[in-house]
Amino acid sequence: MKMASSLFIPILVLVIIIYAVYKKINVYDSFVSGAKEGFPMVKSMFFSLLAMIFGVNIFLKSGVVNYFFDFLKPLLVLLHIPSQVLPIAIMRPLSGSFGLALLNDMYKVYGPDSFISVLASVIQGSSDTTIYVITLYFGTIGIKKIKYALWVGLLTDLFMVIMALILVPLFF
Amino acid sequence: MINKLWVSLILIGSLFLILTGQADVLNTQILSSGKVTLELVMQIFPLVSLWLGIMNIAKESGLLSKVSKIIYPLLHKIFPDIPKGHESFGYISSNILSNMFGLGNAATPLGLKAMKSLQSLNKNKEEASRSMITFLIINTCGFCIIPTTIISLRMLYSSKDASFIAIPCLIISFISFLFGLIIDRIWSKKDGGSK
Repeated sequence: MKMASSLFIPILVLVIIIYAVYKKINVYDSFVSGAKEGFPMVKSMFFSLLAMIFGVNIFLKSGVVNYFFDFLKPLLVLLHIPSQVLPIAIMRPLSGSFGLALLNDMYKVYGPDSFISVLASVIQGSSDTTIYVITLYFGTIGIKKIKYALWVGLLTDLFMVIMALILVPLFF
Repeated sequence: MINKLWVSLILIGSLFLILTGQADVLNTQILSSGKVTLELVMQIFPLVSLWLGIMNIAKESGLLSKVSKIIYPLLHKIFPDIPKGHESFGYISSNILSNMFGLGNAATPLGLKAMKSLQSLNKNKEEASRSMITFLIINTCGFCIIPTTIISLRMLYSSKDASFIAIPCLIISFISFLFGLIIDRIWSKKDGGSK
């Protein structure tokens, strides 16, 4: 599997170039004129990303989430959900690096093969940073009305966490 | 929607920091987010340009539309609004493949290009189309065969079986991927099924 992963990009690039040479395309010119589109694209993504990182950072660094977690703890105990995974589950849509840092701490404390660490890893690995993906993709092409995208994204994230809580114990 | 989220993130964070007497943290956060964003964009910039160059070769040689035609029957059910043989199928499938192989560096530029070509089909340029939201959901559920970052972190802490995590991740992200598609379809119908 690792082999397939490391071969994917080289093969993709080779197939594209060989096919183009066979079709008698000026590959070099084609590459350069395509790559030129990169600058306007990056320019248009910068400002929406700046806005979102600004907001998310103030929220994350404020530590307000820790109070929120303490508040939720009794409810989790009632539902037999290990409370240590809550920060990762809630922060996953907002920040990828935040979850990875938490995961790092959990591995240190509980070891990477403990149930709690595996559960947290699966939650981290089975989803992406929804808010960031929305900002990046829609910001870059200039979409202002995102309609129901955020709701569907967050609902799917919630569903993923519930599935992880149900299915991960089956692997132990 | 994003507007409300943004305001609440800033208001909640700032008020909490000020009330707990950590105004200096707020200061550094306000001033440093520009630098953090620039660093992120500087990481994305060369990758986006590189992949746009490579994909332009595929587009001009006709390979992209060929792939789009082959993949059409498979993706047509998920994206009913995209016309047959449209180049966005080529970008969408290469983005999904890169995501599955855990190649975020390639997946993001390809995804951006897919969004851009979906925008060319969009009637109202400021409003997300149904296909765009579906494509977004595919990307936010992180459907991936090899979660590379987590596996390497597990190896760092000398896990007995670092890649064990891949199977539950694959199953769970696939189930939530299906769930996302269904919810997306229901919601778009409720929304009037407009393009």
